Amino acid sequence: MDILSVRNLCKNYKSAGQNLTILDDINFSVEAGSTISIVGPSGSGKTTLLGLCAGLDRSSSGSVELNYVKLDQLSEDERAQVRNKYVGFIFQNFQLMLTLTALENVMVPLELRGEKNIRDRALTLLDKVGLADRVHHYPAQLSGGEQQRVSLARAFANTPRILFADEPTGNLDTETSDKVIKLLFDLNKEAGTTLVIVTHNLELAANTQRIIHLKGGRIINDEKRA
Amino acid sequence: MQLADHMDRERFIYSKKWSIAWLFKMAWRDSRVNRFRLLLFISSITMGIAALVATFSLGDNVLYEINRQAKTLVGADLSIENSRPVSAALKQVFDTMGEKRSEERTFASMIYFPKNQGTRLVQVRALQGDYPFYGSLETQPASASINFRKDRQALVDKTLMLQFDAKPGDSIKIGELNFAIAGVLEKAPGRTNLSTTVAPPVYIPLQYLKQTGLIQKGSRFSYNYYFKYKSQVDIDNIVSGIRPKLEKEGADYDTVEERKRNSGRAFEDFNRFLTLISFIALLLGCIGVAGSVHIYIREKINSISILRCLGANGSQAFLIWLIQVCCIGLIGSITGAAFGIVVQQLLPQVFKDVLPIELSTPVSWPSLAKGILTGMCITGLFALLPLLPVRRISPLLALRISIEQSRSSRDLLKWIVYTLILLFITLFTWWQMRNLPKAIVFTLSIAFAFAILAATGGLLKWMLRRFFPDRWSFLWRQGLANLHRPNNQTLILICTIGLGAVFISTLYFVQGILINRVSMTGSGAQPNMVLFDIQTDQKQPVADLARQFQLPIVQQVPIVTMRIEEVNGKNAEEVKKDTTSRVPRRLFDNELRVTYRDTLTSTEKLTKGELGKHVRNESDSIYVSLDQRYAEWVHLQIGDHIVFNVQGKLIPAIVGSFREVDWRRVQTNFRIIFPTGVLEKAPQFHVLITRVPSPEVSAKFQQAVVQRYPNISVIDLGLILSVLEDLLDKIGFVIRFMAGFSIITGMIVLISSVLISKYQRIQESVLLRTLGASRKQILVITGIEYFLVGGLAASAGILLAMAASWGLAKYVFDAPFHVQVWPLVFIFLAISLTTVIIGLFNSRDVLQKTPLEVLRQEV
Repeated sequence: MDILSVRNLCKNYKSAGQNLTILDDINFSVEAGSTISIVGPSGSGKTTLLGLCAGLDRSSSGSVELNYVKLDQLSEDERAQVRNKYVGFIFQNFQLMLTLTALENVMVPLELRGEKNIRDRALTLLDKVGLADRVHHYPAQLSGGEQQRVSLARAFANTPRILFADEPTGNLDTETSDKVIKLLFDLNKEAGTTLVIVTHNLELAANTQRIIHLKGGRIINDEKRA
Repeated sequence: MQLADHMDRERFIYSKKWSIAWLFKMAWRDSRVNRFRLLLFISSITMGIAALVATFSLGDNVLYEINRQAKTLVGADLSIENSRPVSAALKQVFDTMGEKRSEERTFASMIYFPKNQGTRLVQVRALQGDYPFYGSLETQPASASINFRKDRQALVDKTLMLQFDAKPGDSIKIGELNFAIAGVLEKAPGRTNLSTTVAPPVYIPLQYLKQTGLIQKGSRFSYNYYFKYKSQVDIDNIVSGIRPKLEKEGADYDTVEERKRNSGRAFEDFNRFLTLISFIALLLGCIGVAGSVHIYIREKINSISILRCLGANGSQAFLIWLIQVCCIGLIGSITGAAFGIVVQQLLPQVFKDVLPIELSTPVSWPSLAKGILTGMCITGLFALLPLLPVRRISPLLALRISIEQSRSSRDLLKWIVYTLILLFITLFTWWQMRNLPKAIVFTLSIAFAFAILAATGGLLKWMLRRFFPDRWSFLWRQGLANLHRPNNQTLILICTIGLGAVFISTLYFVQGILINRVSMTGSGAQPNMVLFDIQTDQKQPVADLARQFQLPIVQQVPIVTMRIEEVNGKNAEEVKKDTTSRVPRRLFDNELRVTYRDTLTSTEKLTKGELGKHVRNESDSIYVSLDQRYAEWVHLQIGDHIVFNVQGKLIPAIVGSFREVDWRRVQTNFRIIFPTGVLEKAPQFHVLITRVPSPEVSAKFQQAVVQRYPNISVIDLGLILSVLEDLLDKIGFVIRFMAGFSIITGMIVLISSVLISKYQRIQESVLLRTLGASRKQILVITGIEYFLVGGLAASAGILLAMAASWGLAKYVFDAPFHVQVWPLVFIFLAISLTTVIIGLFNSRDVLQKTPLEVLRQEV
């Protein structure tokens, strides 16, 4: 059962009057519950691909079907609701809202869904990532590793069908990276979420079941691992 | 956890339901760490709202008091005024009117204090009966207001008593008769302190008027009749009954209702002007709010894109910050309104000399609501401009993808908001001015000033990009780069500081124009004394007396009082009925003071036709000359026929010429000039104009005139000028008081703009500090940046103010406009240096603390 299906996907940008092709004829599917990495050098189109798959942007041509919903046929507001319902995000620079406490940051996706009694669920998630004693701290009062752990808790808060992680360890030191990666995979396993990681860290990619290699906006290798 | 299944396809149904409570919760959460900055937004609008609430409340309070005190303003249920004695028939009607009646003659005359030989022009009010029927003549002692009517006694205005050190019981001489001072007149119905400054009132009993010898041919008297009715009587009905008779004799009437309307209208005009000044303060604050919100939202872009990633749609994101800004606007408006109530308590003190009533200051809830509502609307509209792009912030920004944002100029909503702002300003101004073209001009002027300032800012940025001085020192390059780098504040600072500069400079210039105009009139070899009511047989002896005092006879002219009876064969009634006639009805009501001569004076220039020639025979046509502006006002053309009524004798004449008259010169100027040979034998009085070299000579000459010719009145223009200056000073104080709100707002906007910019550049300064920049270097970079912004804004603002003041001088005040260089330099330096000082003061954190401390504290 494929949770993500990408067909003939192209993305062009106009920049300084020139037409730039960022992604060219991308085709792949992702099975529900699997883990997958998208790797490639800088400028290969990894993040653009992640953005399109997560419904953050519209493709120039081709289609993206996420959880059987054709994203290209939806308006921006409808895509926002799809993200809220089915998608979780982890960013390289954590992307926590600086004006909210750790607890509030985790609660936001649930609040957007209009769910009630969410505080306990958010506290449990923060406890799972080892931040039970920092729930009322603002991001500026947390270290980089702690911020990324809050980000992990937030990503799993709305029990997403699919989790997109964009260079999740890019801003962390090796030791903290290892802890965060372990936490990410543990939480993912427990929740049974599909995990799509964009990275150029091959060591991180090696933890996933499948690695798609991108170069110059095209898939040059689709490596399925045991 | 369930994996995705086909059921999900059915389950995804887009829902437009939002939780409003959550939006408020998010707005509240986000505000927690930004309280200080949000406080800055608030402070920008509080002064404007305070001024607005204060002026609205003042308007309400005054109208309430006018309604409450209207009876005491008139002093009677009905008052009738005429500039000549009423006919016997009308007098008979008057004698049957009302439950109580009172009669009064008022006229200007000289008063003489034998104790110290002081003289002064006063308004004599010769009274008979119990007037005022409502309110009272407030006197010291209180009994004097009743007692003076019984004997040869007078009530003398308190300013006169002080000026001539007089006490009750002392004697005064009016005309040829002495009166004992019964008491000090503190207040009379319907009189302001200002209205009594030129000619303070002196009350005497009417029965002694004849004995004063002041009733002579040509004397200018006002005949007043006051009536009191029983409370159930319909005064309007009575007035309707006698109106035709009153109109026929040119008499004017005043009722309590009429006075309510007139007093209210006169004050409302002034109040509207003050409201506009307050509104400008609010607009300035709103521009500050828009600038602050713009910078605030730029810093929120990341948070908004994260929210979008997490599933918030554009409208939800937009609403969170709209709610935040609206709540801030509401708090700001309420704070401003509360401050407005405090200001309202000060206003009776500010306005005490210009209002005819005692002012109480209860809180006016409708004014409070109007102020808050206006504040909310205009703040909301201005804040919408920087908030609208929030709807379009892409979630992709959270992924480090730099995307080209769609051009905001293509956003239709943005143009709608611009239109709404202009519409709101126009409607508000219209509401105040009750004149749509003026309201449009006002709105366009503000928009024009704003556009010029924005263009100046844009030009600076463009020039810096285009001609950046690469070879200059690092400090200069860094300072200049701050002006055009991304997220710079050049435009908003130039607009806010510039508009503040426009306002401060215009106020300064206008005050200069007015003061210049007054002092020009009284300076140099200009005449400064006017003697009037000189009878024909006194003409020569008075001139001789002036020569004895070695005073020059600048002008000596005859004046004949007359009315217009017919224009082109139609009398007042016929003109009134003729709907096509443009001749105003008032033309027939006004009494005209006319002279006759066959030459022009130095203040006149013939613009059309020829001055009438000497009339030798009764059959000759009489050609009169009209002041051009007067002719335009009454719609009279060359060749039009006018019939004048000179004390009952009808004189037909033809409009023969128009003259341009410089009314500002101290000289007798006339709307209508007759040729010689027509009016020489008509009842007339003469005016003599001279120049006295000192107050001492003035006093001695006045004494000599009053003692020999008590019917002659003397106006000391030196005194009038000082009264005028005092008046200008008092009105100027009121305007400065209200304009002070704009200036304070300008300062707050400047402080908040600079403070908010601190958050933007703090990281850069910290980086520079980390890389080894010294405190002095950071100081110089910041100083250069703010001096350029402040200097450019001040220059543009001053230039705009000069243009505006020139326009006001030429088209409104009809006065010359001269630029004084040093005050301009002072305004320029004051604004530029204030900007630099505030900029440096706000950067002190970066200078005094370690980079790490600053980062921990600020980020």
